[in-house]
Amino acid sequence: MKRIATAAGLITLVAALASAPFFLDAYGLGLMMGLAGYVTLATAWALFSGPTGYVSLATVAFVGIGAYCVAALSEVLPYPLVLLIAAGIGLAVALVVGLSTLRLSGVYFVIFTFGLAELIRQLVTFYEINVTGTLGRYIFLGITPEQIYWQLLALGIVTMLLRWWIGRSRIGLALKVIGDDEVVASHVGIDIARTKLALFAISATIMTLVGAIQAPRWTYVEPAIVFNPTVSFLTLIMALLGGATRLWGPLLGAVPLFLLFEWLSANFPNHYSILLGLLFILIVFALPKGVLSFIEQMWGKAHRTDDSGARS
Amino acid sequence: MTALLDIAGLTRRFGGLVAVNGVSFSVARGEVVGLLGPNGSGKTTVLNMISGSLKPSGGDIRLNGERVSGWPAHRIARKGIARTFQLVRILPSLSVAENIVTALAFRRAPLWGADADAAARDLLAKVGLGGRGDEAAENLTYIDQKRMELARALAADPQLLLLDEWLAGLNPTELRVGIDLIASLRDSGITIVLVEHVMEAVRALCGRCIVMTAGSKIADGATADVLRDPEVIRAYLGTGHA
Repeated sequence: MKRIATAAGLITLVAALASAPFFLDAYGLGLMMGLAGYVTLATAWALFSGPTGYVSLATVAFVGIGAYCVAALSEVLPYPLVLLIAAGIGLAVALVVGLSTLRLSGVYFVIFTFGLAELIRQLVTFYEINVTGTLGRYIFLGITPEQIYWQLLALGIVTMLLRWWIGRSRIGLALKVIGDDEVVASHVGIDIARTKLALFAISATIMTLVGAIQAPRWTYVEPAIVFNPTVSFLTLIMALLGGATRLWGPLLGAVPLFLLFEWLSANFPNHYSILLGLLFILIVFALPKGVLSFIEQMWGKAHRTDDSGARS
Repeated sequence: MTALLDIAGLTRRFGGLVAVNGVSFSVARGEVVGLLGPNGSGKTTVLNMISGSLKPSGGDIRLNGERVSGWPAHRIARKGIARTFQLVRILPSLSVAENIVTALAFRRAPLWGADADAAARDLLAKVGLGGRGDEAAENLTYIDQKRMELARALAADPQLLLLDEWLAGLNPTELRVGIDLIASLRDSGITIVLVEHVMEAVRALCGRCIVMTAGSKIADGATADVLRDPEVIRAYLGTGHA
């Protein structure tokens, strides 16, 4: 019964979200689009980084690749094919990067991924200046904001379902073991490199698609816009705020933070970056394991009737 | 006598230090072999090379005649070599039962879902942790963590079980229980190589012992003979006692 009720609730929620464009004005729809984009990014980020503990700052590298594929190809190829090619390129880059970096651990991986985003931005800039001769590109596609929103919503739902399925599958368990102790992981027969690579590639492909789907909304793209590192940091902090190891964590972190950032950038445009930085520090200090864990701890303290250590 | 494990000329260098120097021995199916020697003699390094956590600098390790030396640990694990660690390694974010399921889910004939859960609970009962599968692994006491680690090694359904000082740090009562537990494994036919300093356990469990000192093998034979060997006594206690 409870499962049916949950399923019914989720279906209602999806239906409500899907019909949102019919009730919202242009600003509201823009907000929903941004929200759907960041929820998907944060969930995709947590897909890989949550269980492995590998903090990636490469999010924007893949978002930017997706956007640039659309900018470069949308005039010569049909849109669905462009999305497919973007996903393919994102996947290929993720595999190459993954093969060469997943041996790195801890802070080295963080720095590498941050450097990767910058490297790709500089490469694109170099190419545009020296080969095509112009830095920016225009995207003229007959895709309405509603269509962008629905695509992002669908991608977001697929990402959530994927994450739910992985969490229950053997690969999900493999990731948890890797996150806990890599020596044990390899000694129980887990192919660590392959598991990490698969997850990194899936996560990166979704990020690439987010960038590709959102690109028509921007109309004009240039490297400084689509490879803006703030996107990586926002994604990271959203996932951390909600709790990167929980299924609903990234969503619960992304919604309030996205709305807060919107409000901040509208009301304090000059101090936005400062406030952003302060918020990052605050979240990492106050809620290192995310709000969901925090609430559970508080709940546990309030209900400390037995101390048998039993887990819910 | 068919050798399950065949080691020939096994060598490991760390920079200029030769931790294991041309060690050769073989272990027959069903045997329980003790690997002895003073601290720093290279026993754990030998174990690490068999399980694949270290790559040998030279020499051969064969399991059932197939060369496994130099393979990554996960491939060796799937061939049927399981181990416990000198410093117990639990998976702290998982429950006790989930710790066991990890080994069930990634072995050669994997179990998953309800089957894996049931098998994990059986294994926990076997090592004396029956009914405690839902507890958080990090809340277990030291001996119970060791039991859990043993159950996880057994969950791999190993042909060869490597125990690295599994009995160290136990009090006399626990030691008795631990020895009985390993004896029951031996009686069920598992081949075991154990590194151990507790002589009581070595005498009770091992039909045969190999003694190493400073990276080289100095004795290999029936336990009672080996422990009387003057060279072994010299290695442990110094020349005055031989």
